[in-house]
Amino acid sequence: MLMFTLRRFLQLIPVFFGATLLVYFLVFATPGDPIAALSGGKPMAPAVEEALRAQYNLDQPFWIQYGLYLKNLVTLNLGQTFSGQEVAAVIGRAYPVTARLAIMALAFEAIFGVLFGVIAGLRKGKLFDGTVLVGSLIVIAVPTFVLGFVLQLVVGVQLGWARPTVSGTAPWDELVLPALVLGLVSLAYVIRLTRASISENMSADYVRTATAKGLSRRRVVMVHILRNSLIPVVTFLGADLGALMGGAIVTEGIFNVPGVGNLLYQAILKGESATVVAVVGILVIVFVVANLVVDLLYALLDPRIRYV
Amino acid sequence: MSENPTPNKDLNLRQGKTSSRVIEHFVAPLEETPLAAIDNVDETSAPLSLWADAWRNLRKQPLFIISVLLILVVFVVAIFPQFFAHVSPSSCSLADSAEGARPGHPLGFTLQGCDVYSRVIYGTRASLTVGIFTTIGVLIIGGIMGALAGYYGGWLDIILARLGDVFFALPLILGAIVINQLPSFRDNRSVWTVVVALVIFGWPQIARITRGAVIENRNADFVTASKALGLSRFAALLRHVLPNSLAPIIVVASISLGTFIVAEATLSFLGIGLPPTDISWGNDIANAQPQVRNNPGVLLWPAVALSITVLSFIMLGDALRDALDPKARKR
Repeated sequence: MLMFTLRRFLQLIPVFFGATLLVYFLVFATPGDPIAALSGGKPMAPAVEEALRAQYNLDQPFWIQYGLYLKNLVTLNLGQTFSGQEVAAVIGRAYPVTARLAIMALAFEAIFGVLFGVIAGLRKGKLFDGTVLVGSLIVIAVPTFVLGFVLQLVVGVQLGWARPTVSGTAPWDELVLPALVLGLVSLAYVIRLTRASISENMSADYVRTATAKGLSRRRVVMVHILRNSLIPVVTFLGADLGALMGGAIVTEGIFNVPGVGNLLYQAILKGESATVVAVVGILVIVFVVANLVVDLLYALLDPRIRYV
Repeated sequence: MSENPTPNKDLNLRQGKTSSRVIEHFVAPLEETPLAAIDNVDETSAPLSLWADAWRNLRKQPLFIISVLLILVVFVVAIFPQFFAHVSPSSCSLADSAEGARPGHPLGFTLQGCDVYSRVIYGTRASLTVGIFTTIGVLIIGGIMGALAGYYGGWLDIILARLGDVFFALPLILGAIVINQLPSFRDNRSVWTVVVALVIFGWPQIARITRGAVIENRNADFVTASKALGLSRFAALLRHVLPNSLAPIIVVASISLGTFIVAEATLSFLGIGLPPTDISWGNDIANAQPQVRNNPGVLLWPAVALSITVLSFIMLGDALRDALDPKARKR
């Protein structure tokens, strides 16, 4: 297990370097200069341009620039936004909001996804199963931003059950509606995954044995089937948490949630290249670590899987 | 399995049904056991290939029929929009601004006074073009990368797999946003820049599926046999391994075509996808956003068209998966 952890960790290193290099290259090394764009088409005073280039290390050769960027990323010395705020402080304010949103979305997915998936899987071919299947297909097909708008309009504006947009401090109760929208698509995947896994395990030999030796149906389902069926679901949820922590650009935009996704989108639109590479660099670290944790979780949950 | 040219006596005896001789049975007569069913199988008929078998299963499935019909309709609308809408989508009159439905204009008007129905019809082409060409692009790049990595293994596999992980570490939408913000992309926005951005970050998924399928097949007996018969390693990959790995790739490609259409709409919605002058569902939904409280239909109809199109591709993928995986079907 230790060797496996170590090996997986070593495999992540090239991914981390590759992904950050890719983003850095895309933002800074392609034609079109972020510094020249700052002055909005007018020629910039040469001294100002020099100073800006030095501030963002753009006067150095590309590889040295990238090296300095990595050093700053690891030491969390992320520089300043164009309006003079520390990027690290801005991210520090946005991250707790995104984390709250992600945790609520994940809880919603896990509870309702497993519940509906188990019922549908146990009653395959019945009315409930059919309804859930069609419903999950529709949820997957409708784009998130349409779902977001419709729920914002109906629940937030017409029914008045929730605030249509989130206020600056983003307390838990205002994030319920955005979390619902954010979790809906993954909810559909969790339902389908649970259902397929349950109905596959229903015909397994150990289930027949458990039934034959006289166990109650409740115990067969709750202990034998459920435990074995949930392994792929837990893996999916883990990977999804990694994706959700990366911020949801669309959902956060619709509900005006001051999270990482919104921050990143605003930075991209304003052309704040330094903020973009800093935030994306952190997102890559989060994603890569989340995937590592999922891999390890998989080995812990299923004793049949032995990593050597 | 053709008829044995020299049928001997034993063989005739074994075929209990055609034999007229009465055999003394110490177990249940052959006719009463399931073995009779095996003997009744017509050995002369050609065995069904995976595809023929899948087709026999598919043509009875309502899910498959509905999705294929819907996709056909979407294609026809995308190619000949003028047959379905008689009003030009770009001849807008401010006199009609945000008007409701009236004869000839079944879905009402946008704030700019454009006919919503006509814009929905003409918007089909942009979405479908992005979906299809992005899928072709990821199939080519992901297919080549995955097939080479899976078939040759070793160092090539390690390098290509890590390369795929690098692109996989950035979510599709985030990567496409970054690419579309590059000055060379931002200043020449068109359907093709969106396709390129989505292909660059979309190919690893197909590469992973192809790699897995190729690994499953590369050591199969028929591949060894073809190589023993003198086929080169690369020719064996093209002629035997790849055609036998197609099933899972097609399933994933069909489903991801739907996700690429959603991705295009999302990018257009964020204002960095198709140019604002293009008529597309994503652009129309984005433009409808400020008026959604007064005139929800303007947002609703392009969204409905988009969702039905995506749904039909996902349903097609689902039906294909069931049909192409005989193990899953028997349950």
